Amino acid sequence: MTRRYAFRLWFALALITPAFSQVADELRFCLRSDPKTFDPLAVEDDSSEAVRYLTAGVLLRVNRVTQQLSPELALSWKVDRQGRQITFQLRRNVAFSDGTPFTADDVAFTMNRLMDPKLHSVTADAFRSSDLPPRVSVESPDKVSILFAAPVSSLERLFDQVPVLSGQSRQKTAVLGPFYVADYKPGVEVLLQRNPNYWKTDARGIRLPYLKSVHLIIQQSREIELVRFRRGEVDLVNSLDPDAFEQLTLQAPTSVYDAGPSLESEMMWFNQVASAPLPSYKKAWFISREFRRAISESVNRADLCRVIYKGHARPAEGPVSPANRFWFNSALKPHPHDTASAIHRLDRDGFRLWDGTLYDRGGHPVEFSVVTNAGNRPRERMAAMIQQDLATVGIKLNVVTLDFPSLIERITRSFNYEACLLGLTNLDLDPSAQMNVWLSSAGNHQWNPNQKEPATAWEAEIDRLMRAQAAEPRDAARKRLFDRVQQIVSEEAPFIYLVNKNSLMAFSRQIRNTAPAAVQPQAYWNIEVLQKTTQLAGSK
Amino acid sequence: MKLLRRLSITLLCLMFAIALAADLAPGASYSRQFREFANAPPSARFPLGTDDLGRDRLMRLLHATGISLLLAPSAALASTLFAALAGGLAGYFGGWCDRLLVRIVDLMLSLPWLFLLLAVRALLPLNASPLTSLVVTYGLLAALGWASPARVVRAGARQLRESEFIFQARACGSGGIRLLWRQIVPNLRPVLLAQFLTSIPIFILAEANLGMLGLSAGEPYPTWGNLLQELQNPSSLRLEVFATLTAVALSVCCFKLIFPMEVSRI
Repeated sequence: MTRRYAFRLWFALALITPAFSQVADELRFCLRSDPKTFDPLAVEDDSSEAVRYLTAGVLLRVNRVTQQLSPELALSWKVDRQGRQITFQLRRNVAFSDGTPFTADDVAFTMNRLMDPKLHSVTADAFRSSDLPPRVSVESPDKVSILFAAPVSSLERLFDQVPVLSGQSRQKTAVLGPFYVADYKPGVEVLLQRNPNYWKTDARGIRLPYLKSVHLIIQQSREIELVRFRRGEVDLVNSLDPDAFEQLTLQAPTSVYDAGPSLESEMMWFNQVASAPLPSYKKAWFISREFRRAISESVNRADLCRVIYKGHARPAEGPVSPANRFWFNSALKPHPHDTASAIHRLDRDGFRLWDGTLYDRGGHPVEFSVVTNAGNRPRERMAAMIQQDLATVGIKLNVVTLDFPSLIERITRSFNYEACLLGLTNLDLDPSAQMNVWLSSAGNHQWNPNQKEPATAWEAEIDRLMRAQAAEPRDAARKRLFDRVQQIVSEEAPFIYLVNKNSLMAFSRQIRNTAPAAVQPQAYWNIEVLQKTTQLAGSK
Repeated sequence: MKLLRRLSITLLCLMFAIALAADLAPGASYSRQFREFANAPPSARFPLGTDDLGRDRLMRLLHATGISLLLAPSAALASTLFAALAGGLAGYFGGWCDRLLVRIVDLMLSLPWLFLLLAVRALLPLNASPLTSLVVTYGLLAALGWASPARVVRAGARQLRESEFIFQARACGSGGIRLLWRQIVPNLRPVLLAQFLTSIPIFILAEANLGMLGLSAGEPYPTWGNLLQELQNPSSLRLEVFATLTAVALSVCCFKLIFPMEVSRI
């Protein structure tokens, strides 16, 4: 009888197990792909970046809400010699996850490894102001200074991306961050366990992080991620599209957050490459400022925000989103939707509107194509709306959706395209990270890349301003220079900025201490203080 | 069975006629965006509601139906004719001609058609109109879809070549192309009809798949595939959104049901 009772009890427990499958203190969320590397200095992809953020101990951290720099492993810091040298006073009695003590030698080891050209670290590129490597001097076990051959702009902020490695530990996985990588099942999940030696405590003296473990589930499909969130199998969704956001709002309004404008913007540009295989009369349209401005003024950005993003976006002013509080140029305004003004500009530029069709000086009807990536519904819909907007000024727009490799081939190699609609995400707040976009010689200067000499006076001016801001140690002076760059870009419209998408995310109601931010990683930037209540997932 | 056939043919003709009539109606537009009415539910003004850009879903569906019911059979016809030519020649002449054509058929069948379609689409001129890109898509489907029917036709032609009436025709002095055209091809008609009718739903579904991937006709042109994209968005899953799915399923069923009995047996 007892055996039968025990069996029934076991059977009943087995049945209800799925409802209890989520343990409190255990956070679960999805990564889009497997991390390409667990080497924190060689990170290039989003998934590896997520693992790095959760496991790395850094000297200084940019607070994702205030966007101010705060001390972490460094108690204080000082930038000298016009931005060439930085000295850190380090925190004492800190140990790596394997118990190895943290000293200034570890900082020296990290910097030397980071700047090793053989590593090809993207993180290191931001520090490379000259060909010479930096000189790291360990002044005492808790004081270290790093001297660069040339000034590095926003030097201290770059350390937000530099995880300190142990020079002495035998374990490669020894970290100073809140979690360490305990297990990795390719294609399934990355398991992070709480770092028992993490140095931070809360106001009551309780050692952080509160969570015992984090399960990073590899899930490529956003739809499945959403289904799993609804079923309580995932505790947060770091980035939601507006449709999913609206859906969740109807079902569980308290679980979704709109953190306001993100750093992501959607934009369109014309091909201005001189050697592009396009008819010369079309090239003449695309290099005309009045033509570009007319196109920009024909687009109804408010409608794009309302219809496609369900109000979770705002018309974009320029290259920097208002989410980037310090560098955003608040004097700029989005180009207004003004068809009359657009027609006036076109008229001034020699175009004529006749019988509903716009013709250029040579009598060519104005028709061009815009390429975008197939499968991105918001972008495809946005192109369809722009198509109707441009029809009101007599322009025929052909929307072409291409698979991503074909699109990249056209916009970076063959230059066989007329206009392109794509998105841009600025991961770094500092404008120096955008040098590869704004310098006319840069490869990502999309409208006309890799120029030997600036093709226009305004591009030459942008080159000068960008170089000047990079060499300027004072932030206020840099801001003035970069504000001017933003103003030129807004006036000349090489990129026609359309919208800044909002940062949308969702949290399970079991998660406490959430503080949604507009900057990545939006939902879990304060992972060490996130808490999960003991409320069972099955009760949702 | 006969009744079902008639019903299917009537239904297909009716769908095509309504689609054409709707397109010809004054003021009808499948592309006009009523942005104030985006995602509107069915109403007297928009019987199937509007899509997420405020376009009349019914007008878009009717236009897509007309074009699919026109282009899919055209592509199927082209593919069947090509299959008849290739399969007939291979089966009738045999020898090196047969071996060569069989190899070509094998090669065609081993091609990853989706990637081929992607590659060809990427090579299309960017300013090609949406209708041109749709015609090219169907043309490609026809160019890729002849191989499988050609095998069946070849088998039929080989069988006929060995039959007694062909021997008799040969004995009477008939031969070469004349024999192929006058004796073999008419006897292959049921096989060709079966291949033609089988190809239509295949092409309809192939276009729908491409449209779901966003690789059919460009905006604002509606095709069944483009319209089915709405089903990818769970928030818009209302009854009226399934109208396209119903139209696709109904037409595919109808094409399957109009097989004559003797063709079905083949």
